[in-house]
Amino acid sequence: MSSERKLMSGNEAVALGAKHAGCALGVGYPGTPSTEILENYARLEDGKAQWAPNEKVAVEVGIGVAFAGTRTIITMKHVGLNVAADPLFTVAYTGVAGGMVLAVADDPGMASSQNEQDSRNYARAAGVPLLEPADSQEAYDMTKLAFEISERWSQPVILRLSTRVCHSKSVVVPFGSEAVPQADYVRDISGRVMIPAYARPAHKRMRAKLAEIEEWNNTEGPNPIIGNSSRLGIIANGVSALHAQEAAPDAKVMKLGMVYPLPMKAILEFIDSVDECIIIEESDPFIQTEVQAAGGKVRPRLERYRYGELDVTRVKRIIAGDDSEEAVPPRGRPPQLCEGCPHRASFQLLKRIGCIVAGDIGCYTLSVLPPFETMDTCICMGGSIGIGLGMRHVLPEEQARKVVSVIGDGTFIHSGLTGVADMICNRPKYGHVIVILDNGTTAMTGLQEHPGTGKTLDHQPAGKAVSIEATCEAMGVDKVVVLDPSREMEAFEQAVRDALASNDLTVIIARRPCILAVARDAKMARGEKVR
Amino acid sequence: MNKVTNVKFAGLGGQGILTCTDILGRVVFDQGIDVKKAEVHGMSQRGGSITSDLRFGDKVLSPMISAGQADFLVVMGEDQIEANQHFLKDGGILVKPSDFEVDKLTNKRTLNVALLGALSRHLEFPVELWMKAIRAQLPERLHEVNEKAFMLGRGEAA
Repeated sequence: MSSERKLMSGNEAVALGAKHAGCALGVGYPGTPSTEILENYARLEDGKAQWAPNEKVAVEVGIGVAFAGTRTIITMKHVGLNVAADPLFTVAYTGVAGGMVLAVADDPGMASSQNEQDSRNYARAAGVPLLEPADSQEAYDMTKLAFEISERWSQPVILRLSTRVCHSKSVVVPFGSEAVPQADYVRDISGRVMIPAYARPAHKRMRAKLAEIEEWNNTEGPNPIIGNSSRLGIIANGVSALHAQEAAPDAKVMKLGMVYPLPMKAILEFIDSVDECIIIEESDPFIQTEVQAAGGKVRPRLERYRYGELDVTRVKRIIAGDDSEEAVPPRGRPPQLCEGCPHRASFQLLKRIGCIVAGDIGCYTLSVLPPFETMDTCICMGGSIGIGLGMRHVLPEEQARKVVSVIGDGTFIHSGLTGVADMICNRPKYGHVIVILDNGTTAMTGLQEHPGTGKTLDHQPAGKAVSIEATCEAMGVDKVVVLDPSREMEAFEQAVRDALASNDLTVIIARRPCILAVARDAKMARGEKVR
Repeated sequence: MNKVTNVKFAGLGGQGILTCTDILGRVVFDQGIDVKKAEVHGMSQRGGSITSDLRFGDKVLSPMISAGQADFLVVMGEDQIEANQHFLKDGGILVKPSDFEVDKLTNKRTLNVALLGALSRHLEFPVELWMKAIRAQLPERLHEVNEKAFMLGRGEAA
């Protein structure tokens, strides 16, 4: 037992918790606010971590590690779980041999995301137990607990984090380190090959395990009750429980650490022990709906608090039943493309030509704001290609010829490749133009590497890089042009105009490194520490 | 009585908001006081507005400072006062660049640490602890210039 005291962010605490729990491999895709988990994990002694091309691949690699009998942590942000949903739903049937923990970071209030979905719905939909820490100490402790639950019931476990838990720092006292279990493959064909004949019994096994986990959660789960008022009871999860304790110091608070499957028996007993009970939770009415369905008498929820983050003031309003309009805080300055960003030239060009821009997820999404306002759509990673193609298929010629799909290099590797495959097969009549803004990094999330940069998570050479131009050519794109958007502006404009006028499938790779990455690399070359 | 002190920092991405919050966090942490820090970054790194909360005391629950609850509001520029002063409680203290002779800073990038110096006048922590935290959070070649900036903000010669 160590009593060393540390000041850590939730992300650092998850990384240390995973390492101390004997995790063999960390794998994930960068996404705010989850990114620093793997980066910190990789800095730990023997912390083996790698970026995957996308979240689906990350989960698949993690499944392999867990099938091999040892422990793995897989990290992503909430929207990444959508990408990973396919393997997740089935690994919940097969179960795992070694511990498998998915650290998924939600973003209530959308500090840097395109939606504020609630990952708890995936736990219920897929049948995967879900733990929810409130601060860094709990993030550390629950990472270990998640591995233990995962192995005890051979189920994957979701560790749901939120922006405030990931990026808040608080005190952590670590428990010390466990050895990494040796991987050892044990064949289990009927347990792991989910043809319908094997999947039907697997589904029943999964439901039986969940029933057992619920029973455990009722009696031994991480759901402490704080205070002993018999008047007001509050049931809350994660950081909301801390806001509630501060907002109502006299209330009796049931602090739920495992939110799926809910400890319903314990919850109903808690409700019976108080005159009135309120559920305080960020985002969707997940606990509220389940408790009401089970017949629990709790105060109806006010819809306005579904949106954005909670804080102590908002929780006080909920307790007071205050449904009046909330003060709108003054707006700060919005983010913008950096001075000297190579993407600026690209968007100036697309604006001048009057393109309809199907955009994507990355720094360059900021071009939707003034002074550029040159992005017509942005839905999800890789979406620019399919959405641009859809427009090309149905718009009248004059408009169809203006449609350009714009995507970054990291996003292209993440989920742009399948869009190109679709373009080759289902070719629009007037062709199509994809502009890949290649700045040689995953800039938006803080300059991570990807297979196209040819470097691993710790910025060391991977041996080989995935060539975007060679890949596009090999897939059957008619014309692939590579140029520097800042230095070859005339050639760039000509290439875009030619492509729009022809019926070709054209990929224009606008390649110039991110100025922040150049500065970072220079720092690293000087041997300085980079954040 | 559980007394918690709330310090809110506000600025633009790239101005060193997170660094100066970390320095104060370390000063507090090193004395064994309970502390929580909350920040939002991501898109806000790209030159947009950014705030960071530091709360310390006997026992800190929520990591966030609600409107009207900040004992101190530290802004990196006078133009950020309007957007953030609603966080300040009645009688709370605003710390801003015009509190000291900004023109005397040898390196403009040390403004964040100079503001910590100005803030330090209102807190009880000894100067040595601040210096220790500055040295722990910044690379060695920046120690001297930041120590000077801190003392300038504090209103004392280095």
